[in-house]
Amino acid sequence: MTTQNSTPLIIISSSPHMHNSNSIDVAMRDVLLSLLPAVLAAIYYFRTPALLLILTCVATAMLAEGCCQKLMHRPITVCDGSAALTGLLLALCLPPTLPLTLGFFGSACAIIIGKQCFGGLGCNLFNPAHLGRAILLASFPQQMTTWVQPATATLAAVTSATGKAGVAAVTTATPLALLRQSEFQWLHQNFSLAGLPALSDLFWGNTAGSLGETCIPALVLGGIFLLWRGHIDWRVPAFYLGTVVVLTGCYGYFRNYPDFFALYHLCSGGLIIGAFFMATDWVTSPISRKGRIIYALGLGILTSLIRLRGSYIEGVCYSILIMNMLTPLIDSFTRTTPFGGGAMGRE
Amino acid sequence: MFFDNNTFKHGVRIEGHKDLTSGRPIEVCPPPENIVLPLSMHIGAPAKPVVAVGDKVKMGQLVAQAQGFVSSNIHSSVSGVVQAMERRFLPSGALSECLVIANDGLDTLDETIEPRSTGLVLAPKEMRSLLQSKGIVGMGGATFPTHVKYTPPSDKPQVIDTVIINGIECEPYITADHRVLVEYAPEVIRGLKYFMKAVLATRGVIAIESNKPDAIALLQKLTEQEENITVVSCPEKYPQGSEKQLVYAVTGRVIANRALPASVGVVIDNVATAVWAARAIKDDMPCIERVVTLSGDGVQRPGNYLVRLGTSYEHVVKTCGGGIKEPLVKILSGGPMMGFAISNLDYPVLKGSGGVLLFAAGAPITTQGRERQCVRCGHCLDVCPMFLEPTVIAQAVKARNWSAALQANVASCIECGSCAYVCPAYIPLVQHIRMAKQFIASDGRGGHNPLYNIKD
Repeated sequence: MTTQNSTPLIIISSSPHMHNSNSIDVAMRDVLLSLLPAVLAAIYYFRTPALLLILTCVATAMLAEGCCQKLMHRPITVCDGSAALTGLLLALCLPPTLPLTLGFFGSACAIIIGKQCFGGLGCNLFNPAHLGRAILLASFPQQMTTWVQPATATLAAVTSATGKAGVAAVTTATPLALLRQSEFQWLHQNFSLAGLPALSDLFWGNTAGSLGETCIPALVLGGIFLLWRGHIDWRVPAFYLGTVVVLTGCYGYFRNYPDFFALYHLCSGGLIIGAFFMATDWVTSPISRKGRIIYALGLGILTSLIRLRGSYIEGVCYSILIMNMLTPLIDSFTRTTPFGGGAMGRE
Repeated sequence: MFFDNNTFKHGVRIEGHKDLTSGRPIEVCPPPENIVLPLSMHIGAPAKPVVAVGDKVKMGQLVAQAQGFVSSNIHSSVSGVVQAMERRFLPSGALSECLVIANDGLDTLDETIEPRSTGLVLAPKEMRSLLQSKGIVGMGGATFPTHVKYTPPSDKPQVIDTVIINGIECEPYITADHRVLVEYAPEVIRGLKYFMKAVLATRGVIAIESNKPDAIALLQKLTEQEENITVVSCPEKYPQGSEKQLVYAVTGRVIANRALPASVGVVIDNVATAVWAARAIKDDMPCIERVVTLSGDGVQRPGNYLVRLGTSYEHVVKTCGGGIKEPLVKILSGGPMMGFAISNLDYPVLKGSGGVLLFAAGAPITTQGRERQCVRCGHCLDVCPMFLEPTVIAQAVKARNWSAALQANVASCIECGSCAYVCPAYIPLVQHIRMAKQFIASDGRGGHNPLYNIKD
């Protein structure tokens, strides 16, 4: 044998011995941080109900994750922020007046069915927050489509579109629903813009809609932060939003709709939050750059198609769920070719 | 071919930590009492000893003869007596037969060594045979015998038009090549000229990473009059110094999978190799020493030292580094990205040893994150300089699906570690890839590592 001194002193591990210290926890913390402007905007526009709904969803998500992991004898990773993020994203996609019990139900479904049933973080096929929202929408269609004016709304034009009687808050339709109504009028050569919220209100979030999806500057600010930190790929929001703008723009152009049609679609509904925070979800989007471009194009086409020709007016949630389903397929079709060519050759 | 800014695609930016030693001139490490010369400190067949225990040897004397074409001669780095032949572990984990030579402290030079006035009069063939007989191998770490690179295969003669001298040194902490560039600049250029003559190349390039402005300025000044030699500054990015990546960065040529740089008309060699080749050809000196960086926060005096081959790390740390700072938590042989973690300092300096790094508790290098399930962020794909899908390979390995790993081009991996460096789930991707390579090479039996046969 050898004469070497073999007193073990220290760590032996495989190279590399350095790490950029960007962990899952850090990334989740950054995403939560990037949603802070949207949360503040939600609370500003929709006040106490918004705050309570956010707290309910986040707390439920964390609780559900902890319970599942305990039951399944897996390491408890509630503190990594991923469950909190799912809860927060779900809350931001819900109507402000949604009863808290439904928030609890949706959030629990998102974690239990959307995430833990698949095996936890990294294994889920669907974006858990959007899956939770889809379950809520299918189970409670009325509560999920009751929208209220933001507390700050002052526009007479919006209040004229009356909601149902007997609800305390001033209920109304979302800008996308109003746009659909206007489209019918436009088709009959009545180019009235009455009833449509102004584009500036749409931009700043002073309209009816889900908690966190209305205030565009807050969402874009968060998105830019994530891009700067390197957590998300610019290709996804760029190609997603770009496709929607081009498709809705062409549609509007050929139907002689007012010029702002595409811009209106860009700023309304869950498109911005979807493009920056939902479609860019690591787990449920393709891993290669090429795959992400295909994925984002698919998202843009589906969203436009649902919004323009579907009976349902909001297309972001379902297009993301559908493209999530196609992600494994996209991955297998976009395998990379090594630098200098492959050893095995394509089959 | 589209390329710009003298760099490659993908890769990562890593903090260099080079200021610990980059300003420290090379100091000579006093030779130790005993040297240990492994018979395989190069790629290829181990050399065969031509001395026996008890023989007296002189400094620079041939002690082990190359076996075959891809192999290298080994020379004694001190004068003294052959004390033993024994098997020892090398930092890589390989076991090698080693010659132990007791130093008599006289440094009596082998009398057959006769310096020439210039090496340029030699014919290419003579140069190649000198590279072979003087034991010159790639000193950047790969230790590939240099003469092989300059000998085109007789069945398909390739026209080599470019020789690249690799002064990138993209590994953090290591500054040995930086100091070689600054202090042995004339020899770097001389070595390059010899290399160019050996393959009749028309263009010589010295590629230096932009974090070494002093070296770039000096080499530029010294090559002003040379029409065929250019100095190229490459932006700081890891793994810029990797052969295929650097050839692409400098020439825009893509080396096919499993092909050598010669296939695209390029030969590439490390700066230290150029210096020691120049010494072999002009001064007739065999490769018996090299510059080693001693760094990290676990050593009292970090620096760059000219060390005789076979000197133990322990000797270098004690006599040059002023000892260690307790408690040490990690010792690396080589750089932090591709080097080996070792358990003690009883390893010899080899032809490919660029550095010894010691880290005390609390250094960022010693912290390890807990491994999680892959979250499919795709960061590993985004940084892989070989455009592979490391996480796909890792999943195949976890499933023990070796054909899927092969399908994912595991064989093309250069093990640079960029993927594991950026993985937010702390998955030891390179370790998985090495495991796949071993398994595949040994026909699924798991190589020599018993761990690989344990079922999860």
